[in-house]
Amino acid sequence: MPKPVLLWTDVLIYCLLVSSVLALFSALKKEHLRLPLRQVTGCPTAMAALVVLFFYLLVGLSDSFHFRLKLDERPGQQIQYAPEVLSLLDIFVGPLRTRVETTYSAPLAIEAYTKETVEDKTGRRSRVYPRLLYGGSHLKDPNLRLSDIYGKAVKGSAFGLVVVTFLATIGVFLLSRVHKTVWRITAGRVLRGQCHAAWRTTFITAGVLIIIFFALAPLATHYHLLGTDKVGQDVLYLSLKAVRTGLVIATLTTLIMLPFAVLLGISAGYFKGRIDDLIQYLYTTLSAVPGVLLIAAAVLMLQIYMDIHADDFSSIAQRADIRLFFLCVILGSTGWIGLCRLLRGETLKITELEYVQAARALGVSQWKIITRHVLPNVTHIILISAVLDCSGLVLSEAVLSYVGVGVDPSMISWGNMINSARLEMAHEPIIWWSLLAAFMMMFGLVLSANIFADGVRDALDPHLQRG
Amino acid sequence: MTAYILRRILYAVPILISVNLLTFTLFFVVNTPEDMARLHLGVKRVTPEAIAKWKQSHGYDQPLFFNGEATGTKKFTRTIFFEKSVSLFLFDFGRADDGRNIGRDIRQRMGPSLAIAVPALIFGLFINITVAMTIAFFRATYIDYWGVIASVAAMSVSALFYIIGGQFLFSKLLRLVPISGFGEGANLIKFLILPVAIGLLADMGSGVRWYRTLFLEEMGKDYVRTARAKGLSEPRVLFRHVLRNAAIPILTGVVVLLPLLFLGALITESFFGIPGLGSYTIDAINSQDFGIVRSMVFLGSCLYIVGLICTDIAYVRVDPRVRLR
Repeated sequence: MPKPVLLWTDVLIYCLLVSSVLALFSALKKEHLRLPLRQVTGCPTAMAALVVLFFYLLVGLSDSFHFRLKLDERPGQQIQYAPEVLSLLDIFVGPLRTRVETTYSAPLAIEAYTKETVEDKTGRRSRVYPRLLYGGSHLKDPNLRLSDIYGKAVKGSAFGLVVVTFLATIGVFLLSRVHKTVWRITAGRVLRGQCHAAWRTTFITAGVLIIIFFALAPLATHYHLLGTDKVGQDVLYLSLKAVRTGLVIATLTTLIMLPFAVLLGISAGYFKGRIDDLIQYLYTTLSAVPGVLLIAAAVLMLQIYMDIHADDFSSIAQRADIRLFFLCVILGSTGWIGLCRLLRGETLKITELEYVQAARALGVSQWKIITRHVLPNVTHIILISAVLDCSGLVLSEAVLSYVGVGVDPSMISWGNMINSARLEMAHEPIIWWSLLAAFMMMFGLVLSANIFADGVRDALDPHLQRG
Repeated sequence: MTAYILRRILYAVPILISVNLLTFTLFFVVNTPEDMARLHLGVKRVTPEAIAKWKQSHGYDQPLFFNGEATGTKKFTRTIFFEKSVSLFLFDFGRADDGRNIGRDIRQRMGPSLAIAVPALIFGLFINITVAMTIAFFRATYIDYWGVIASVAAMSVSALFYIIGGQFLFSKLLRLVPISGFGEGANLIKFLILPVAIGLLADMGSGVRWYRTLFLEEMGKDYVRTARAKGLSEPRVLFRHVLRNAAIPILTGVVVLLPLLFLGALITESFFGIPGLGSYTIDAINSQDFGIVRSMVFLGSCLYIVGLICTDIAYVRVDPRVRLR
């Protein structure tokens, strides 16, 4: 049995996952929340974005179960565990992690990117592009590279198509059970896009993604699909590992800032007077400090603390994890201001409305008024801004890592990838793949989060509902 | 009006004081000057004498709040809190780790920062409003639909990508402008055009989307319906009525930004090698020069507060419905 390792951020991710599932189920029970939910599922772009987000989440979650593998047992010895902390994702993508070249290689290449002096058997030296250790090492004849790549991709996508058909059949079958109709009618409805929920778009997006996965998987295991970086690590592996970092920053920060924003925003708007003044003063002060500088100052201080108390952190992974966690806390402690302001304004408006006045006149307790009458009426603001903030946070991670106050340099993140790849643009010939990979992965996540946020906003914002 | 402005300025004082206290706590109480000295001199194998010397040369060799050894008022003035924090209120920023005068550096570097930020702001405002106006004019058509999608896509791209991609395309491949640097006189345009253009592009997505929402919100109001019912043409409604009324939120949104222009764009400046305040800050963070970071925090908050006051004043001047309180 491998020994499980619980990192701080892992625990919080589990909590977040459980609580969001619970929240979803409790929302399904309430009619006024089910309606906007149906509207979100009915919006094709939002559903397509959700599917993409789901795949990102899958990668991020599988990367959040950490453990240490058992070393080979020798008789008469205590069980030993490997020092490095692995995750489920590392096991899934096994060869990507271990097949490390010596240095740069282009995507899908079988030869190194730069010439090296090689000595042959007779002792003659020549400058050649040496073959890679792993990339395309199954090929005897280098000329077969292209046909091999196409062959593998076509075979993979054919297999993917079979899988997708199978999954789609199951999906339609399940839908027909839910709708209580014959499966043929359900299939027809899905194909024509006549369901209330946008099942056609969902199925197509998921199908395309699965086919792409199956087409690329054999390539990724036989070649380096996105090339390798300076120390020969597979760029695809790095960009997959970075998904978790991005997701943690986006979700944990939101989780940390929400209670502050909700509590302070609503109490400022509801109680007015002194409390309002105090809270306004607090957030004006915090927002007066330029955000990047506050984060920089806090992270620098944390760094000093960690350098001096280096003994408290047993492994590099734990150290990096603590820094990631603190980065979320710092981002969260400045991030609540925007939402707090919005909630204060909205609560000010709501408390003037007749039903709150009536509740007050009837002697309903303050706590009950807030939870019964105010909170449900600002939920849409909280949800919308939480989803919107997530995408911005992923982008800011890259910028902060560039400034040098982002995640730990040893942690794999898109920001760190961009930061180390930046100098490679001056390299001749140019090394573009790690930079592009990081940007594309980031773009995919942020774009789908933004589109999904738009869908949520359209469904929840009462101002936007027309007709 | 004067009384109102005066009151706003008085409101700003406690905020500045607490900003100052906050930075002081962050920089001196969380980690003592000893810790900082150790960081600079290397954590291990550092002698107490070296630490003492470092502290003395940086002026950190005094107690934090209260100096028991001094006499009279010097009990309070000869402390780190007084010398490092209170002096910020007089805009006396002290010296950086390399001995340079921070105040003079800041004054010198404001110019280049403004040279980038001001054109970017003006052109950005013009372009974003024009595009948003066009999209709003074609609302609920395919132009609107794809315009929104394009702006969402544009705002999903990392700003770093715009910068690195732009430098690669225009400087390295096409060789139109130098990759980085800063010049004087007519030479300046050559160095400025790319950073400004990239700044515009990077802001366009979110800007257009925001202005479109503003315009659409205005267009749903009663006075627009009245204007249309009068038989005014759609462009006239847009430019005479909607734009004018939407100008209030636009203006107040811009005014709060104005003072912050001095601080410069952190990332753009450091990528393009522009000797402005943005790159100054980033260099300070990288070399862990706390004196500069502290000064920039204070300067930034001062400017933000100036921006807030200006916004309030602008509101009163522009919108006749707002009354002084």
